Amino acid sequence: MRNKKEKWLAFLLVSPSILAVAIFVYGFIGWTTRVSLSAWKGMTPDYTFVGLQNYAELFTNNLRFQIDIRNTVIFTVIFVVGTLLLGLATALLLDQGLKGEGFFRSLFIFPMAISYIVTGVVWRWLMNPAQGSRLSGLNLLFHTLHLDFLNSQYTATPEWGIAFIAIPAIWQLSGYTMAMYLAGLRAIPDELREAARVDGATEFEIFRHIVLPLLRPVTLSAMIILGHMSLKTFDLVIAVAGKQLPLDMPSINMWQTTFDAHLYGSGAAISMLLLISTAVLIVPYLFFSLRKEGQQ
Amino acid sequence: MNRSRSRYWSYLPLVFLTIFYLIPVYVMVMTGFKGGDEISIKDMWNLPQSFNLSNYKLAFEKLAPNIWNSLNVVLPAAILSSILGSLNGYVLAKWKFKGADIIFPLILFGMFIPYQSILIPLVQVMDKLGLYGGLPGLVLVHIIYGIPITTLTFRNYYASIPNELVEAAKIDGAGMFGIYWNILVPISIPSFVVVLIWQFTQAWNDFLFSVVLTSPKNWTVTVALNNISGGQIVPWNLQMAAAVLAALPTLLVYIFLGRYFLRGMMAGSLKG
Repeated sequence: MRNKKEKWLAFLLVSPSILAVAIFVYGFIGWTTRVSLSAWKGMTPDYTFVGLQNYAELFTNNLRFQIDIRNTVIFTVIFVVGTLLLGLATALLLDQGLKGEGFFRSLFIFPMAISYIVTGVVWRWLMNPAQGSRLSGLNLLFHTLHLDFLNSQYTATPEWGIAFIAIPAIWQLSGYTMAMYLAGLRAIPDELREAARVDGATEFEIFRHIVLPLLRPVTLSAMIILGHMSLKTFDLVIAVAGKQLPLDMPSINMWQTTFDAHLYGSGAAISMLLLISTAVLIVPYLFFSLRKEGQQ
Repeated sequence: MNRSRSRYWSYLPLVFLTIFYLIPVYVMVMTGFKGGDEISIKDMWNLPQSFNLSNYKLAFEKLAPNIWNSLNVVLPAAILSSILGSLNGYVLAKWKFKGADIIFPLILFGMFIPYQSILIPLVQVMDKLGLYGGLPGLVLVHIIYGIPITTLTFRNYYASIPNELVEAAKIDGAGMFGIYWNILVPISIPSFVVVLIWQFTQAWNDFLFSVVLTSPKNWTVTVALNNISGGQIVPWNLQMAAAVLAALPTLLVYIFLGRYFLRGMMAGSLKG
């Protein structure tokens, strides 16, 4: 009897949070969906139903959105691959029980504590594309060190500028993948490697045939987390490069379309496409993570 | 022998990596010390002639109202979302009601959504509630969108506590609140630290919500910094000094409470 009352009390305790999430996440997503299917242009809401027209226009009649898709793909590939490789490399270096491991680990993770805006301000200075007598930032450093072949136009590079935004993003998040890989490496029993060594396997063979396959789940988790982050990239691009069309991303496009141009229907459609692409990554991930937990 | 030699060589890439990670810090801190005559292109990479604090003072004067705004948002948001997360985590781990296993992933999904997809209704609702433009609205938003991660962290921690402990307390006559307050809260202080500093960092570094929801006089530090650096008017040394100031609070938290920061970071990938 008492137990039942307490159970109700427990439910009551979480209900404000459940209600808040129900409204602010799911209710609002529903609301945005409705806006995305409406003719709303201008300052006053207009929910006249137009079907998928806003979506269709994005794909057929919107050059800017084509740039967004291309930029998102380029950025995501470079950012995810770069962050995984650098994280794995640093984790392997630090997994050897070196002196100073704690120092290096803290050093490689610290950018995670800083905002994208701060990172962007500094990297904009570093990646200054000016040439000739106005050479500055990294280009100037490369020139002084006689490494002129590294000279680059960075975000001003025609067509590929967005690829260079991935550099500060990798700088910021490789510590995160390093920490994940390091935890994965520490979970591999030493006996496994010893046994392979006794059988005459080289260090590279051990890495290729034992370590790497065992790290696959870590790689998958990291890919999903990083992938969904890269879809949402917003502050970093703005802080490094401002709002420029060649460096546009869906998040920035949504922002300007909605709040500057007041094309609410179109802006909502962009944000829904962003949500759907995120959900495609995250929903299966949530499902499998929690199911695995239930089995343990 | 082979292995110890390879260990020795490992320091070479580590030194390069150290330079890669520290270059932005060097640039930020050193440029911040430089006087107006030292920021010409050719002196860019040189050390400052003297460690002059005037840029930092000036940047602080410029940013002080925004730092104050940020603190006023971040502290209540971090504290309140931690408390909510702890209560939710407790119930979802130890007092599972019917449907709890469906509600939990539905709550979790909230931390992965691109916030653009809720921005239009959010602005409308905040405006209707009279919270648009001000700081209390921003606090509310950080609390609500903080619920998923704080709930996750606490639920995972409380789930690791043996049920026998709770059952034994029930037999001794302790109620739901009693068990929470007298048994689980005291042992979950480290989790509170993890969640508090994670939420502090996230909210301090937030840009999107602040830029959408606050009017210029209520701008938080990230929005103000972006505004300072966006134009051509503010000289580099001042921009860098401002960036250092904006980074300092979360950086100090990381330096002194790094262990807890790391646990918060890993919780985000659902690995508990």
